[in-house]
Amino acid sequence: MNSDITSLASLAPAYPEIFLVLAALALLVAGVVLNKERSVVVTVGAIAALVVAGLLVIFQSPDGVLFNGVFISDSFSRYMKALIVGGSAFALVLSYSNATENGVHKFEYAVLVLTATLGMMTMVSANDLMSVYVGLELQSLSLYVVAAIKRDSVKATEAGLKYFVLGALSSGMLLYGASLVYGFTGHTNLQEIVLAIATEGRSIGLIFGIVFLLAGLAFKISAVPFHMWTPDVYEGAPTPVTAFFATAPKVAAMALLVRIVMDTFEPITRDWQQIIIFLSIASMVLAAFAAIGQRSIKRLIAYSSIGHVGFALVGLSSGTQVGVEGVAIYMAIYITMTVGLFACVLSVRTADGYVENIDEMAGLSRERPFVAAVMAILMFSLIGLPPLAGFFAKWHVFLAAIEAQLFVLAVIGVLASAVSAFYYLRVVKVMYFDEPVARFEAVPRELNVIMAITGFLMIAYYFTVGSPLASLAHTAAGSLL
Amino acid sequence: MTFETSILSILTFLPLFGAAAILLVPGRDAASFNLVRWIALVTTLITFALSLVMWAAFDPGHAGFQFVVDSPWIGDSIGYRVGVDGISVLFVVLSALLMPIVVLSSWDSVEQRVKAYMVVFLVLETLMIGVFVTLDLAMFYVFFEGTLLPMFLIIGIWGGKRRIQASYKFFFYTFVGSVLMLLAMMAMFWNAGTSDIVRLLNHPFPPDMQVWLWLAFFASFAVKMPMWPFHRWLPEAHVEAPTAGSVILAAILLKLGGYGFLRFSLPMFPDASAQFANFVFVLSVCAIIITSLVALVQEDIKKLIAYSSVAHMGFVTMGIFAGNALGIQGAMFQMISHGLVSGALFLSVGVVYDRMHTRDIAAYGGLVERMPRYAFAFMIFTMANVGLPGTSGFVGEFLTMLGVFQVNTWVAFGAAFGVIFSAAYALWLYRRVIFGALTKESLKGILDLSFKEKVVLYPLIVMIIVFGFYPAPILDTTAGAVDALVAHYSSAVGLPAEPMVAVAH
Repeated sequence: MNSDITSLASLAPAYPEIFLVLAALALLVAGVVLNKERSVVVTVGAIAALVVAGLLVIFQSPDGVLFNGVFISDSFSRYMKALIVGGSAFALVLSYSNATENGVHKFEYAVLVLTATLGMMTMVSANDLMSVYVGLELQSLSLYVVAAIKRDSVKATEAGLKYFVLGALSSGMLLYGASLVYGFTGHTNLQEIVLAIATEGRSIGLIFGIVFLLAGLAFKISAVPFHMWTPDVYEGAPTPVTAFFATAPKVAAMALLVRIVMDTFEPITRDWQQIIIFLSIASMVLAAFAAIGQRSIKRLIAYSSIGHVGFALVGLSSGTQVGVEGVAIYMAIYITMTVGLFACVLSVRTADGYVENIDEMAGLSRERPFVAAVMAILMFSLIGLPPLAGFFAKWHVFLAAIEAQLFVLAVIGVLASAVSAFYYLRVVKVMYFDEPVARFEAVPRELNVIMAITGFLMIAYYFTVGSPLASLAHTAAGSLL
Repeated sequence: MTFETSILSILTFLPLFGAAAILLVPGRDAASFNLVRWIALVTTLITFALSLVMWAAFDPGHAGFQFVVDSPWIGDSIGYRVGVDGISVLFVVLSALLMPIVVLSSWDSVEQRVKAYMVVFLVLETLMIGVFVTLDLAMFYVFFEGTLLPMFLIIGIWGGKRRIQASYKFFFYTFVGSVLMLLAMMAMFWNAGTSDIVRLLNHPFPPDMQVWLWLAFFASFAVKMPMWPFHRWLPEAHVEAPTAGSVILAAILLKLGGYGFLRFSLPMFPDASAQFANFVFVLSVCAIIITSLVALVQEDIKKLIAYSSVAHMGFVTMGIFAGNALGIQGAMFQMISHGLVSGALFLSVGVVYDRMHTRDIAAYGGLVERMPRYAFAFMIFTMANVGLPGTSGFVGEFLTMLGVFQVNTWVAFGAAFGVIFSAAYALWLYRRVIFGALTKESLKGILDLSFKEKVVLYPLIVMIIVFGFYPAPILDTTAGAVDALVAHYSSAVGLPAEPMVAVAH
């Protein structure tokens, strides 16, 4: 175990995190010193910091275990970190226009996004129950503040409070589960826990620990039945903040879940498998039916994200390498779709402000054909309709489920995806088949760029990123097993 | 990149380039709309010409796949594999043939969102050709299911009054059917270790697994075809779709089901196919008799033709699961012929709909007095729909009945009723629309076929009659592949291989 932290070079696996710490602190100072009107500098600086951190993750982060074994860097963590950093950076770009109206013009927002991102990267690289918790809490505490950053809005404050109370509860459960796991295996290091379970076998206390641990993580990925906060927080928080919530934190929590069950609890796969299968089925089915009645696009996206977590868990349910590959590919495509979707939602504005009621988007295809087209493509992609990227995401996870002979899960899953098509199609219907009622405002340039990129990736997935993404996910999954 | 390896990829993706070119056309005025129409027409015509070149280069004596490209693409499970054999080559040509026709037919009738309209149709062409040329299991699903997206938009945006319900119904019937097929495909991938259709064709699946796979594929193809009683989406989709949408739906998209049965169900799951043959026969005969009777009482011209489509598809499924060369050749011929005839019939309905904006049979009558050329064209199509000897409609029905007669006399007996009923509803429709006295005021100023309509309809008349008297070009092309399929099927289920008599010279 490499614990020599005296030389700078030996810290290479943690360069991205160290850089983010320094950047966040520097930007915090800059934000305090700078004039309030110029806090946009901090936002731009934060985006630049995330880009640099992303480059460090991709090019300058060798495999290795650091800090007495609490921190690990491998292909899997790098893959997930790249997604997280990308998601955070795009979320900051999305918050650029109309920042004052959304309450995200304060420099604290960008700094908090950076610290949350740092927490997520720590979660992904955690190799010890303690660093799991530290990363998780750094992320959560930043997110609680971010959710309520629009202080004058009752809804946003309510969302922040709700998120905090339920989040603290789930952190407590996770911590309790971790203490049980420690108590019954005698270790906090994830590698040593594997060895302990493999030699001593499982005990009833350990199973209890796993259940609490998974319950806490299920809350963070908002899997049913721990999903209740999601629609309210998504709806109450300002839209750019929701965009941030829906992307990077989901990937981080999913990556942590994958690492814990596939790596640490690998010897008792059959025990956690049934929990994951239940979470998966419940999420897919409940989201598919609950979303049908939604009128607000943000609540719809909330339920849609619950459903997609369910689909990603289909891959994890298999407990195989193909399954982890599926989850990795699924999260990459999901995060792309979500970023694009929020770019669309932020582009639909009338003179009265953002349009959040789906019915008020009627006739969008005539007034803003480009926004409507990208939104429609994303909706079809979220359904999982080929030849769009969303189909390939589903293909990989269901392939793993069929390999593991989980036929019931697979059949329920595809039928749930058919039901979910109903509410996605409603958005397309309103935009394309109904007559226009409102005048829509012009779209900021950076949102147009994001929509163009995501729309293109959805359509051309098979020809462009499909093959490289699959091989990256293959390497990432391979490093975990 | 030689001709052999590139022709199918070019055919598949050329329409997409046309669509991209259309998206680059600026402006929303009449001149730019005209430019859009010309781009679409030229693209589809080039595609059609290339498909003819491909057909000419196709060697019918060779039973296997030709113009093959085979390379892995995404991971192990998805590849880029294309190729055509005698079963798929004609569908490619048929798709490419009908596209310029529908572009021309909607030249004047579509005035709203012309750009989006042409883009959607060109994307649909890519997907349709893709279904028939792909030799990769996952990509077959991609193309097969992908056709839902443009068709949903075509019905929903340019459709009639109840278009939204119709488009939803269309989407959900087909989507629910197909997702089960998707899972079956994954099971096949794990069992055979490949998604290459050529290798899957020779992979023996365990018989008890075949049953489940067959049922999953059946769920998808039976809805697409559609077979009775899974046909409920079809009449509505046809009635509400714009003319061009109905043409493509009837002529090509319904054939995806039949093509799927021939490509997957019969050769890959022969044991299950033999086991379920009687089940399919019962459904087919029910389709032929019941939907023919239902067609008899329709008040809406398009609905009547839609029900007649279901009945004609009954002959196709019956022929396919007869499992002998006559039946399968007949089914192939029936599908091609129905593609021409039903397309032509919907185009004919479109002609009068554009003038009168109604599809009620009762709103017409005596059209022959003002529209003699239209009456002539519509008569040929009606006769072909009935299956009159001398039209292409006869050959397919006759061959499938011969084929099934060898297997099960009663099925052939039941199907024969369909021939009688089809004469009844088709001739009665013709009488009510074309003949009688021209008494309705609204019809007195109606004009005969315009130049564009002649360009659209006359080639179809020629083809229907030519293939009625001389079916050899179609039968010769399919013969090699069908014989190989029958030999494979017979040996798999333990039947003696029968003499190959299908090729009618």
